[in-house]
Amino acid sequence: MKIMVPVKRVVDYNVKVRVKSDNTGVELANVIMSMNPFAEIAIEEAIRLKEAGTASEIIVVSIGPKAAQETIRTGLAMGADRGILVEHDADAEPLAIAKVLKAIVAEENPSIVLLGKQAIDGDNNQTGQMLAQLLGWPQGTFASDVVVGDGSVNVTREVDGGLETVKLNLPAVITTDLRLNEPRYASLPNIMKAKRKPIDMKTPADYNADMATRLTVLTVEEPAKREAGILVESVEDLVSKLKEKGVI
Amino acid sequence: MSALVFVEHDNTEVKDATLAAVTAAQAYGDVTLLVAGSDCASVADAAAKIDGVSKVLVADDAAYAHPLAEELAAVVLSVADGYEAIIAPATTTGKNFMPRVAASLDVAQISDIIEVVSTDTFKRPIYAGNAIATVQTSDAVKVITVRATGFDKAASEGGAATIETIGAAGAVGISSYVGAELSTSDRPELTSAKIIISGGRGMGSGENFALIEKVADKLGAAVGASRAAVDAGFVPNDYQVGQTGKIVAPELYIAVGISGAIQHLAGMKDSKIIVAINKDEDAPIFQVADFGLVADLFDAVPALEAAL
Repeated sequence: MKIMVPVKRVVDYNVKVRVKSDNTGVELANVIMSMNPFAEIAIEEAIRLKEAGTASEIIVVSIGPKAAQETIRTGLAMGADRGILVEHDADAEPLAIAKVLKAIVAEENPSIVLLGKQAIDGDNNQTGQMLAQLLGWPQGTFASDVVVGDGSVNVTREVDGGLETVKLNLPAVITTDLRLNEPRYASLPNIMKAKRKPIDMKTPADYNADMATRLTVLTVEEPAKREAGILVESVEDLVSKLKEKGVI
Repeated sequence: MSALVFVEHDNTEVKDATLAAVTAAQAYGDVTLLVAGSDCASVADAAAKIDGVSKVLVADDAAYAHPLAEELAAVVLSVADGYEAIIAPATTTGKNFMPRVAASLDVAQISDIIEVVSTDTFKRPIYAGNAIATVQTSDAVKVITVRATGFDKAASEGGAATIETIGAAGAVGISSYVGAELSTSDRPELTSAKIIISGGRGMGSGENFALIEKVADKLGAAVGASRAAVDAGFVPNDYQVGQTGKIVAPELYIAVGISGAIQHLAGMKDSKIIVAINKDEDAPIFQVADFGLVADLFDAVPALEAAL
């Protein structure tokens, strides 16, 4: 079976993001960008399914600026087979992304679309679910375990109270949570090999996609800062302070 | 103008996060609740008593015994007509099915809002809470998930809404529930507890969590953990407070042996009073703590238990 893995190029998770002084967004100039960590987990899971003989081909897809080629290349170096970049420079919302992905699914016919539960920039947590609904497919979000069966897949999900397992008819959409796996580092020979793997360059127009945004960002601000409090000398001191505040 | 609010429940009780969603929905005037469940009459009765609600729609069907996204999206869509806003708490259930609703209605979803500025404009955290965006939607219908810590809870008593039974939406039938491993505890749930005591990597082992559990039992508190403690295998993942775990805002949050990584702060910095106990006086947690105690937790936590 084919597995399609949509990935996003985002500000690296180690970067402390700064709000721009004019409050129009966050500072993106000269900031390290890398693959969304949840997308990395999705690629790793796809590769493991290929290594187990379940998957035959892994296609990495990204919708973003030309530089997102590097992000796709990272996935190819990890072990994916080929890439598709739908070049789009402006911000795109999850619904528009889901519509482009739906069009790519129609061409590629994957059995599983495996992607991150959310991108760590917009924190929307929507694209996988929207794609599943547009396709009429079932979904297994926040996956911590994936077991592919005959015509179905069991997905164990991280939910508020613990873990829940659902059985989905294939084809299906699966979104990854942090504990699904630990992504591998690409080896140097594989990085070299990845340079020769193909990336198809596309545009939203190739899929008749409307990329217009529905949301306007009016301002982006720093969150309210907390004032540092006081150091107490002893446990007794702490308990009396908390009693004064009436919280215990 | 009116809003439809999805009731999060376990077929027995209404979950607290629903009450915050009801508060957010007041901006749209008339508030209708939807209870989709199986043998869920007690939930419908409780929902009808929530203050500020005019009507409760109840879809009681085996298809809704477990919160499958495909089925919940279908039942919400079956009644969605005519509401200006469709709102759910941003729990793992709401986050799971609401984007399906938005996709079918061909509208953007506004996730995890912390404030309703006006009926088309909202505040929501981005970049793990390191920035707050104010966004305005051009869609006629607003599909919204609500971060419970951003809103006061509507009173769970005082309302007298009418209850109306609706038919099931017809099973979608492409997914099924296999099972669950839910944590069972006599302590309150993290997301609704008034007091939380959390342990970090400094706890050293899962066994040592017994120290903070004893304090939790004296205070009637929930027990949480940092991602470092979860990754180290001390406690299960559903204990995790932070960007990748639960977002909490209790009256009192006690962080024990937690350094205060950004990812943890993102999950608890809206708590009313924060206490930090850590032997490293340079730990970033002290920069957000109202009361800090620089001490070895293995001395301080038993002393705290004894002092309570």
